[in-house]
Parts: sequence; C-alpha cells; structure tokens
Amino acid sequence: MSLNRVVVTGMGAVSPYGMGADILYSSLKKGASAIRQVPDLETVKGLRCHIAGVVPDLDEKQIPRKFRRSMSRMSVYSTLAAMEALEMADVREEQRRSEQTGVIIGTTVSSPQTLQDFFSDYLQDFSVERVKSSLFFKIMGHSCAANVAQSLGITGRILAPSAACATGVQAIGLAFEAIALGRQDIVLCGGAEELHPLTVAIFDIINAASTQFNTVPDSSPRPFDERRDGIVCSEGCGILVLESLDSALSRGASILAEIVGFASNTDTSNISTPDSARIEQCMRMALASAGVGSDEVDYVNAHATATTLGDSAECRAIEHIFGADIPVSSFKGHFGHSLAASGSLEMIGMLNMLQEEVCLPTLNLNIPSEDCAMVRHVQTLESCAVKTALKNNFALGGVNTSLVVRKYV
Amino acid sequence: MTQQQIIETVNRALSEEFELEPADMSPEAHLYNDLGLDSLDAVDMVIVLENAFGCKLRDEKAIQNIRTMGDLYAFIEEKKKELE
Repeated sequence: MSLNRVVVTGMGAVSPYGMGADILYSSLKKGASAIRQVPDLETVKGLRCHIAGVVPDLDEKQIPRKFRRSMSRMSVYSTLAAMEALEMADVREEQRRSEQTGVIIGTTVSSPQTLQDFFSDYLQDFSVERVKSSLFFKIMGHSCAANVAQSLGITGRILAPSAACATGVQAIGLAFEAIALGRQDIVLCGGAEELHPLTVAIFDIINAASTQFNTVPDSSPRPFDERRDGIVCSEGCGILVLESLDSALSRGASILAEIVGFASNTDTSNISTPDSARIEQCMRMALASAGVGSDEVDYVNAHATATTLGDSAECRAIEHIFGADIPVSSFKGHFGHSLAASGSLEMIGMLNMLQEEVCLPTLNLNIPSEDCAMVRHVQTLESCAVKTALKNNFALGGVNTSLVVRKYV
Repeated sequence: MTQQQIIETVNRALSEEFELEPADMSPEAHLYNDLGLDSLDAVDMVIVLENAFGCKLRDEKAIQNIRTMGDLYAFIEEKKKELE
C-alpha cells in the first residue's frame, strides 16, 4: 500500500507573546522571554513557583457569540489559532465542508477555570439551578476540537488526544498518519492549554517546578543549564494545517515543510521519571517511520523542560543516536512549558527555522550542565541549512513522542 | 415594580447575556427569528431572568409559549403580580 506524502500548509499560534505565528517566531528569534511574575500565583498557599507565561488579552469577539458561548479560554485560543492557520493555508469553504477535512486538537485536562467556576458555585448549596447550558461544552474532553470544528464549519473527523505535554505532537502525529493512509486530506492539528494555579502546582508538588527565579522571571526556565531548577508553566495553542502533498499541489498551496515520520511509545519504568532508553527507542522508531538514517538529521528540537532528570535523560538519548555534534536546542527557555500546546507551538518555531536556515539557541542556557554536556548545544543564533529535523515531546504518564520533519524543496 | 422597570430589567439582562443591541429589543422582536437566540440560549435566558428578578421561572408552563420580547415582558409582569 502506498502512503500519501504529508506536508504543512498553514500555521496559527496564540502564545504568551500574543496572537499570531509571526509574533511567536520573531520573539523566539529575538531571544525574548515571555515569562512574567504572576500575582495570582503568589496568593496560593504552599505554591512556591510564582512565574509563568500568560497569553495577553485577546479580541475574543472576533468569534461570533453563537460559537463563543460554548468556549472556555483554551477553546478561544484554539479557534483563533485555527482561523490564522486556515487563512495562511487558504483552505476554502468547500474544502472545510468536505468529509476529508478534520480536526485533531487535544488538551491536558478540560478547562480547569470552568471547572473551578462550576464547583465554587455548586459547593455553596449543592445546587445545579444556576448552571448554564454551555457548561458541558466547555469541559468535555474534546471541547477544543469540537468548538473549532463547529465555529469553522469543518465536517470531517474530530479527534482529541490527551497526553499532557506530549499532546501537541501526538495530535500532529495522528493527523500525519490519517493523511498518509488517505483517511483525511487536510487536518487542523495541535494542542491547547490554559494556565491555572493547579497546573503550576502539579509540578511544584512533585518538586519539578522552578522556584528560585521568582524575582527574575526571565531567567527561568533554564533548559540544560547547570543552574536549572525546573519547569515554568505557560499557555496557548499552536495549530498546523497538515495536508496530503497531492491536495496541496492540486490547489496550489504554499508548502512550508514535509512531515516524514512519527512515533510514540510508553515508558513503564516510572509514571513520572523519564528513562533515557525509552526516549532513545522513540526517536529510533520515528527515524524508522521516516526511512531516515541518524546521519541525515541536522538538528534536534528538544523537549527539555529544565528539570534535572528530564534534560539529562534526553541528552543521553540524543547522543546515543546522533553523536556529540548534532545541534540541539529547546524553546522552553523562551516561553516556558505550555504543556499540551508545547509540541505544536514549538513546531511552528522549528518550521520557521527550517525556512530561514537558522538554528535558534536555548534561552537561559549559559553553562551547560555536566550531565547534559554530551551534545552540541546551540547557544547563539547560528546559520545552518537544516534539511531534516527531529522534534521531541514527552509527558508525565510515560508518554514519549517524536516527529521527523524535512524541508520541502 | 412598574412595567417600565420590568422592561428595562429584562432588556439589561438579555443584552448583557446575549450581546444584543438594545435598539433591536422591541416588543415585537421574535426571540429566535429576529434576535437569533436558540434552544440553548432559552435555557440561559431563564437563569439570567431568575437571577435578575429573584424568583423561580424554570418550571412555569407559560414560559413555553414565549416567542417575542413582548411575550416575555408580559410573562414577567404576570409572575411579579402573583408574587406580590
């Protein structure tokens, strides 16, 4: 059975830098940090991390009320990012309304703010009399995907993978496989996240959050650095338009890159501690899926959240496969860890890098830690003609994901 | 509460909830055909009116027959009279 080639024809982003894929990439390139002090986090008893990447106010009213009423904040992010991606890809109305155009968008958990609002009211007197009709639509597991499909009139399949910090890459991977198999021609895919104190607390409770840089927020997170002290959470949504090469060529779409391989596996050694060998196996499976040798990969965009164990495990796995000379960087130092959104937002940064033939450095990486020193860290903006790149994202729960992307020429 | 106060309270609650233009909320305006509301909005309309007027409306049979803003004003007026 011959598989379709899969290309990227559109990108859209809502990030802590603001609305748009352009502002995301230009901020990454400038080396701007999106991490700020968040006063709301300082008021949470027991929470030691008070910094995060927060999406600035957006014009939600671009979305008609009829559709916006069923959206939580993360669905608004998803819809605005999807609108931008569709516009860039120039997907017309008749194609959106085809059974062959779908949506695959996942989240870590359903809207925590909406759940908080409900329970704050409900627990006063255990009444549901004040609950509005839109509650369920805001908290269902496939809320972002469903709201994007409803508001943009997309009538193919809806899927909503949920794999915490690996969600974005899983969504892209599922879209890649569906298109390769011919089940869909076009898929809007990515991950979405909305910041809530609970999200930050999850990492703080397990001693994986950054706590030493509350007064200098732009100095953290520090992937691979000897002073790294953990994750800084953020929020947003990245959406890619994936499409079969035949579909893109037939309608004259601009092609941004080609997705050539994807893999996801599970690490059962521990639900939270990463095993370098399982990460390595995931990357090897992605390369095999792409039919690409390790010597053909020019750059690795790492998951690297700035945790002690995670960064080191990933570096060891990368070195085992690619050797010591492969350029590696992570965008977590720029805008923190946007969890479910991280894979797709970081992909947007990486695809821009491929187009501009540069490698962006890891922000806040001043002195590579000894346990991360076995690969070549990109520490300044470099000119490099990357043809093939690999993107990693991993998640609590033991989920590993890797994508292989090639410049389309 | 006067009839005018009822009209103003209804209009304020609905324009805020459903982002309606006050100029469109004439007594003849049909809730579905003219103001663009639907069955989900009808559920929320009852909740915001219960909150605005401080009384239970959800189980009132007459609420099923409301079609226009004028019907709604009359319904609330009747309900307020019952309670006074």
